[in-house]
Amino acid sequence: MNNESQDTSATVSDTTEKVRKSLGKRYAREKRFKLFGVIAIVASLSFLAVLIISITIRGLPAFKQTFLNLDVTLDADTLGVDENPDEDALRKANYNGSIKNSLLALFPDVKKRKDKKALYKFVSTGGQYDLQAMVMADPSLIGQTINVWLPVGDDASGYLRGHIDTSVPEKKRRFKDNQITWIEELKADNKVQTKFNHTFFSRGDSREPEMAGIKGSLFGSILTLMVTLALSFPIAVATAIYLEEFAPKNRWTDIIEVNINNLAAVPSIVFGLLGLAIFINFFNLPRSAPIVGGLVLSLMTLPTIIISARAALKSVPPSIRDAALGLGASNLQVVFHHVLPLAMPGILTGTIIGMAQALGETAPLLMIGMVAFIVDVPTSLTDPATVLPVQIFQWADLPEKGFVEKTSAAIMVLLGFLIAMNAIAVLLRRKFEQKW
Amino acid sequence: MLFLVIFILTAIAYVLGRSRAATLRKNGTLMHSLPRYYGYLTAIYTALPALIVLIIWSVAEPTILKKSTMGTLSAEVQSLPEGERNLVLNDIKNLATGGISQSANDSVRTAAAAHYAETRDRSRLLKSIAVILTALAGFFYGLKKIHSNTRARVAVERAIMIALIGCSCIAIFTTLGIVLSVLFESLRFFNKVPFTEFAFGLHWSPQTSIRADQVGSSGSFGAVPIFAGTLLISAIAMLVAVPFGLMSAIYLAEYASSTVRAWAKPLLEILAGIPTVVYGFFAALTVAPLIRNVGESIGLDVASESALAAGLVMGIMIIPFVSSLSDDVITAVPQAMRDGSLGLGATKSETIKKVVIPAALPGIVGGILLAVSRAIGETMIVVMAAGLAANLTINPLEAVTTVTVQIVTLLTGDQAFDSPKTLAAFALGLMLFVTTLILNVIALRTVRKYREQYD
Amino acid sequence: MSKENNVPALDLEPDTPTEQTIEEIVASLGDTVGETRVDNPKMSVSNVDVFYAEKQAIFGVDLDIANNEVISMIGPSGCGKSTLLRCLNRMNDTIPICRVTGEITLDGEGIYSKETDPVLLRARVGMVFQKPNPFPKSIYENVAYGPRLHGLNRNKADLDDIVVNSLRKAGIYEEVKNRLDDAGTSLSGGQQQRLCIARTIACSPEVILMDEPCSALDPIATAKIEELIDELRENYAIAIVTHSMQQAARVSQRTAYFHLGKLVEVGDTDTIFTNPRHELTENYITGRFG
Repeated sequence: MNNESQDTSATVSDTTEKVRKSLGKRYAREKRFKLFGVIAIVASLSFLAVLIISITIRGLPAFKQTFLNLDVTLDADTLGVDENPDEDALRKANYNGSIKNSLLALFPDVKKRKDKKALYKFVSTGGQYDLQAMVMADPSLIGQTINVWLPVGDDASGYLRGHIDTSVPEKKRRFKDNQITWIEELKADNKVQTKFNHTFFSRGDSREPEMAGIKGSLFGSILTLMVTLALSFPIAVATAIYLEEFAPKNRWTDIIEVNINNLAAVPSIVFGLLGLAIFINFFNLPRSAPIVGGLVLSLMTLPTIIISARAALKSVPPSIRDAALGLGASNLQVVFHHVLPLAMPGILTGTIIGMAQALGETAPLLMIGMVAFIVDVPTSLTDPATVLPVQIFQWADLPEKGFVEKTSAAIMVLLGFLIAMNAIAVLLRRKFEQKW
Repeated sequence: MLFLVIFILTAIAYVLGRSRAATLRKNGTLMHSLPRYYGYLTAIYTALPALIVLIIWSVAEPTILKKSTMGTLSAEVQSLPEGERNLVLNDIKNLATGGISQSANDSVRTAAAAHYAETRDRSRLLKSIAVILTALAGFFYGLKKIHSNTRARVAVERAIMIALIGCSCIAIFTTLGIVLSVLFESLRFFNKVPFTEFAFGLHWSPQTSIRADQVGSSGSFGAVPIFAGTLLISAIAMLVAVPFGLMSAIYLAEYASSTVRAWAKPLLEILAGIPTVVYGFFAALTVAPLIRNVGESIGLDVASESALAAGLVMGIMIIPFVSSLSDDVITAVPQAMRDGSLGLGATKSETIKKVVIPAALPGIVGGILLAVSRAIGETMIVVMAAGLAANLTINPLEAVTTVTVQIVTLLTGDQAFDSPKTLAAFALGLMLFVTTLILNVIALRTVRKYREQYD
Repeated sequence: MSKENNVPALDLEPDTPTEQTIEEIVASLGDTVGETRVDNPKMSVSNVDVFYAEKQAIFGVDLDIANNEVISMIGPSGCGKSTLLRCLNRMNDTIPICRVTGEITLDGEGIYSKETDPVLLRARVGMVFQKPNPFPKSIYENVAYGPRLHGLNRNKADLDDIVVNSLRKAGIYEEVKNRLDDAGTSLSGGQQQRLCIARTIACSPEVILMDEPCSALDPIATAKIEELIDELRENYAIAIVTHSMQQAARVSQRTAYFHLGKLVEVGDTDTIFTNPRHELTENYITGRFG
């Protein structure tokens, strides 16, 4: 080896030959590797497509609702009210009886108890609430016969949408043969119609899929997010300003920094535990309330907003600070008059993204009891409430076919909000993006 | 209400303070700061002490009320265990607020309720008076301080600075809050169930029954099957997320044209932005039946809530997480490194495999650790798609349960707060927090070191 | 580093008169002065234009690179000397917006022709970069990288020989022989650069391109590298880009002067430095600009 003649490095033509020989295999490997990359991306994006398409297909029908046209006679006898009923009596009146009578009137030859029961299922139990609302708004309707469109019950609407397989033997089917004959008859009479589903947006939760709506949970989400925004935005901006502009480089600020980065990666459910133990059990705040939800979510979104706010502040060039300081502004004036306004678009973008995260969050809210069955639309920060994602979670557990649709539809609404928020964030960034 | 009063007083303080300073200035006094800083200062003097009084009073009020009400009750009630005592108190509170109570005709309790209501009303009145007086005192003190010697701007800026520092400490308090809340309840749990049983026990069935004489009333809290289930599902998720995420990142960073990159990257990020409850729904309704059907068609016995379904969907959710973190570290590898390799006649994939990836490895590993921590802490997917049964198995086709599923199920039922069942959830939460914390610290440190290397 | 950043800076002479386009200035420079061709060239550049997207960076360059000789390329920054060098082993392929026209041959074969494989080409035409860029691996692995890729060794002993010989030829063996397993990045800047040269030699190339190999080094390390270049001349054809005229004078036999992407003058190093024929060359050499 210590002799030049033992030089083993190949001669020129030798090298070329060897390299050339290796090329085929190496290019095959290159191609394969690149293909893996393409596959990975295409697969990931197809997951996304499958997810969105499957949910859309399931959810679209929920935006439509089937109604049955009925002539309902609101006679005082059936309703069980006297001549001049007070409000309470009107509320408790037997509207169901009127509906049943009018259904029977359509099919006079249905006599058997079992058949009658099957027939009654054509109208959703929510139908009586529609009647109740009408009569309470106008008590003079009592004694009259009115023509109304009432929501169709779950099984019947399932049949009308083709969800019920008629080739299955009758015994194994929820929707029986005689029901099919009746509904077909009604359909032929143009007494069945599909319209846009207002109920879905105008009502709270319900045990009946055709009466369940997202208004309650949507309002819950809005209230919760309001608390989250009101708390997390100022605190996060203040923290970012302190850490980025004023904090001395010492152990303490180092600890704060590491801490914030860690908090950003703490599982959300742990924040739920914190909320349960501290806000509810220690401070005795009400369970299921948007205020507690907002508190928990704001602690959770704080790190996200702080990190993006710091990045935004950092991107403001020092020359601006120097210029303002040179004019005799105090440190705080520099920050509040010059740096902060310039960093604001970036901070807002981060805030919107943080809010989008909070809007989609479910787990910590389960911990603080926002998972109760709540029919009423919440109006204050301490009312029991639920939020959109939790509503989705609750509906997803229910076996009725109608709820699968509702769940998917609620997901579509949720995703719609998230997409809108992210789009605003992207636009904001595009519009105010400055190159220094 | 009180808030509104304080707010109005503060606003008045600002206006008066400013106009007074402005008048002084107009009259030729040499003021240290601009008039509005005197306004701010007066406002701070008005609002801050009043708010402090309000908060302290509000926090202390329930405890004092409780003590005072307890005092009126018989010794018999006072010697009750804490849980039952609280029930009695709640009952009294309900009575006092005019709510429905089962013991409306219990004279002792009615008396106590009356006492409670009376004390509460008195306390509220005193509170209002104290708060308003404090605000007024602060207000007049602030007005008196408006003269040329007061360096209002400096004082206001100091106050703002303290507020900024206070805000930045909230992050610390949050961590502290998490640690304390989980730790205390866990310690209570370990008082009832020994730690060794929890950490090494192989049997988990927390269903303590209501009556003590029922079978299985004690419940057993061996958490090993839960940890194993968590690891199994996380492992499946990582098996999906790491190859797909890493290869996507490599393709996007090294091969893709800028147009493809501009489209594919945000699309991938959408996957990360979809709420986990949606993934859970997708897993339970679409993926789990699909796996079951496929499994059955090839003669495998698949549980309807198989670990595989939850793991797969969780993996999909984590893909963008892995890919964006890896993308960052891969693009941070200096171009000179690639040039060196290409200049020696390496193909692109050889350069990536032998130079770029080894160079980026610490960063990639850090990213993967963060992803693992996320998988372990992920809740909704497993709550909706994984089972409740704590099976100790490594078969991905069986149902397993995870730490987060157990926390949710243990805490969403109606249970007395200090039953071992609810406390067990906090013990699990402690484990979860500690594990993810360790993973995060290691991961963040690795990534940071890696960044510094190429900065 | 994002892809956009790979594009070498195209900052042209700051005092470029704004009324004239670059094309007009280049046209005014006239034909290349001096003999661009040599007998029996190793590589030959004919009428090469290079564009970055719409911007032209090289204008119709003709130049030969001979065996057993060092040719240095000099000129003010942004004159296209590095760009031309990167064309010689198709490193410009890594920049998507870069386009090369004209012909460059290696042993008479066009390197941009369809038959030529860039991987094979880069194995035959090695490159040493401006900043030492050892891989984050051991010294041994750094040198063994190329031979392993190309399958140049039959067995481990073979590979050991190649590594030792390459390190020896790069004049760094004595300094590192006891720590071949240390990281390449643990070496000093000058040692790193010699390691990179050893790494290039290990692939047994025929031509070595050096892009300002000493610009990141101190004078002592520079002297060592220059010495090394002189020794390497025995076995390889070498082209070196440098911004130091002294270096060009010390290491090269021929010198090419570039201005605004145009080859202005080429000739024997002695002649160029003592008796430049083009006015711009003279201005540059006498230090009036650059």
